[in-house]
Amino acid sequence: MSKAAAPLPAWGDPILSDAEKRSLAALCARMIPASAEFKVPGADDALIQADIAKSLDRDAAAVHRALAQLERISGGSLADLDIEKQEESCATLRAEGGADLTALGRIILQCYYRDDRVMISLGMEPRPPFPKGHTLPQGDWALLDPVRKRGKIWREV
Amino acid sequence: MPSHEPVDVLIIGSGASGAAVAWSLADTKMKILCLEQGDWQNPTDYPSNGRDWEARQFNDMATSPNRRQLWSDYPVNDDNSPIKVLNFNAVGGSTILYAAHYPRLHPSDFKVKSLDGVADDWPIDYHQLEPFFAENDRMTGVSGLAGDPAYPPQKTSPMEPLPMGRSGRILGEAMNRLGWHWWPSDCAVTTREYEGRAPCINLGHCIAGCAQGAKASTDITYWPAAIRAGVELRTRARVREITIDNATGMANGVIYYDRDGVEQFQPAHVVVVAANGIGTPRLLLNSKSERFPNGLANSSGLVGKNLMFHPYASVWGYFNEETDGNRGPPLSLWSHEFYESDQSRGFVRGYSWQFGRGVGAIMEAQQSFASGRLPWGAEHHAVYRKLHNHRMNIAAICEDLPEEHNRVTLDPVLKDANGIPAPKIDYTLSENSNRMLDHAIARATEALREAGAWDIGVEKPIRNGGWHLLGTARMGSDPTRSVVNDWGRSHDVKNLFIVDGSIFTTSGGVNPTSTIQALALYIADQMKQRLATLFD
Repeated sequence: MSKAAAPLPAWGDPILSDAEKRSLAALCARMIPASAEFKVPGADDALIQADIAKSLDRDAAAVHRALAQLERISGGSLADLDIEKQEESCATLRAEGGADLTALGRIILQCYYRDDRVMISLGMEPRPPFPKGHTLPQGDWALLDPVRKRGKIWREV
Repeated sequence: MPSHEPVDVLIIGSGASGAAVAWSLADTKMKILCLEQGDWQNPTDYPSNGRDWEARQFNDMATSPNRRQLWSDYPVNDDNSPIKVLNFNAVGGSTILYAAHYPRLHPSDFKVKSLDGVADDWPIDYHQLEPFFAENDRMTGVSGLAGDPAYPPQKTSPMEPLPMGRSGRILGEAMNRLGWHWWPSDCAVTTREYEGRAPCINLGHCIAGCAQGAKASTDITYWPAAIRAGVELRTRARVREITIDNATGMANGVIYYDRDGVEQFQPAHVVVVAANGIGTPRLLLNSKSERFPNGLANSSGLVGKNLMFHPYASVWGYFNEETDGNRGPPLSLWSHEFYESDQSRGFVRGYSWQFGRGVGAIMEAQQSFASGRLPWGAEHHAVYRKLHNHRMNIAAICEDLPEEHNRVTLDPVLKDANGIPAPKIDYTLSENSNRMLDHAIARATEALREAGAWDIGVEKPIRNGGWHLLGTARMGSDPTRSVVNDWGRSHDVKNLFIVDGSIFTTSGGVNPTSTIQALALYIADQMKQRLATLFD
């Protein structure tokens, strides 16, 4: 007996096709290239791409539409174009913009900037906020003396 | 339909106001039940526990119910509003997701008609609420600094303020040079051990639930005390309508859907609605009967009308000096420099500012990507490093005057998972609000430039800024111009009370949760004082 397919989430198919993955990786390489100066991978790095692929969540439908938009602009897969043509297609994509591209960009950036290598390059500890938290300068509330000196500003009724 | 044993008091909603009322009424020893459509939250599941903490604010912990789409949420049709509705449905309600910025309304906010000739005066005043503000501060655990010249002198806070940080010092020095008011905010965040709660450790992600338990959501403040005192809290119970005894015109209970989607009838002698400024009118409008064909408590026709959001403007700047980023509670300083009316500014009433320390690494990248600041290609990394942890922002919270065309109605098509009509929002920004927003943006830009900002960004109004849901079942003395009287009782139904933000007569220009909870405690106190004559 065949097993019924699980229904798709309300926000769309969470799985990217192989063709979509190729286009996405090519786009990411143009968007955030690797940098030896800053010791960071590009957004087309395999680990980051794997994170993106499993993180579409509520933006899944928008990501599919944005990649279709990119395919239309590129006349096929972005990955099949030479670098110069890829740059042109990406510039057109960014100029067209739209909510779908914003959503796709959000996914790429959220996965890129939580990568350990990128966080370390930024001087951040690659960890969640809890339980260590952070420390902040307490400051000196004597800085409020001019405000105190000025006196009451609330309005009498 | 299954029915239950009657209760003395039935509270609908367990958020800011419902929790406060439940706790206060518990000492009467009446049988009290609260129905909550959501469920308990587990702090170990909050985003700050994981590496995906920033991403989750766009997904299961998004502030918009339309984005979140959890089983506990109901959809909101806010297509016809430039400001989108935000809320959370769980034990604790939207206090799970609020920033815990905790100012009170000012004394002048209660008398805007007398002072400025606009809208209406509240039938109560600041000084009547003052003891309940103080009681609420104690129950909530508020940090702050006494002596703020923007408020009457008796106001104090139980705990010392949150750290000033780098961002606070930079902005504070600039405000001093301008001669403008600023002060550490009252925040519903602990700065030391308090009633079993640990102090803030600067997780930096107060919105989306506090994994440390330092932020005062009512699931960890009022509810444990209320439940110990005998109040029953029934979760996953979504109320469809309040039912009426047509002979007496009194509320006699509610129909709700239980966790299995089964209709239930819960009889009650008193019904208290605490479902926020959108949920409350939705429920009242859906409670039609032969006696109340236009919805319950709606003889004035004002249920759902006069919706007030607080239009927000956000102005942010980038600095050469490093700022706090997300390494502390995002909000801990305010300014009330432009709060009180000054007709020379070209608008009536005013606004407050909340100073933002900065944003997280991913939020910075996403917002700068969307605004075009962050380039694609080889330049990306160098530019990003000038932006990351170099931002501060000023958000202006503008007083939103009541206008009847800004309203909540029932959507004729959209429904929730139980088939209950969804709320539909119609809202436009007034000319007064527009002028106030423009003034706030100009002054905030001046402050940020004075502090050293080399680039400025603006959002007007903040689209996803409908945190404050007010005015849709307003309080007043005249039954033809208001929905509840000066102690929260419906003019039309003598055993029906409303205690949430929907009873605000006017909005003030500050975050409303402190005032919502003080009002709820005040109404509960009035009910206790009048128990023998409650229905007269």
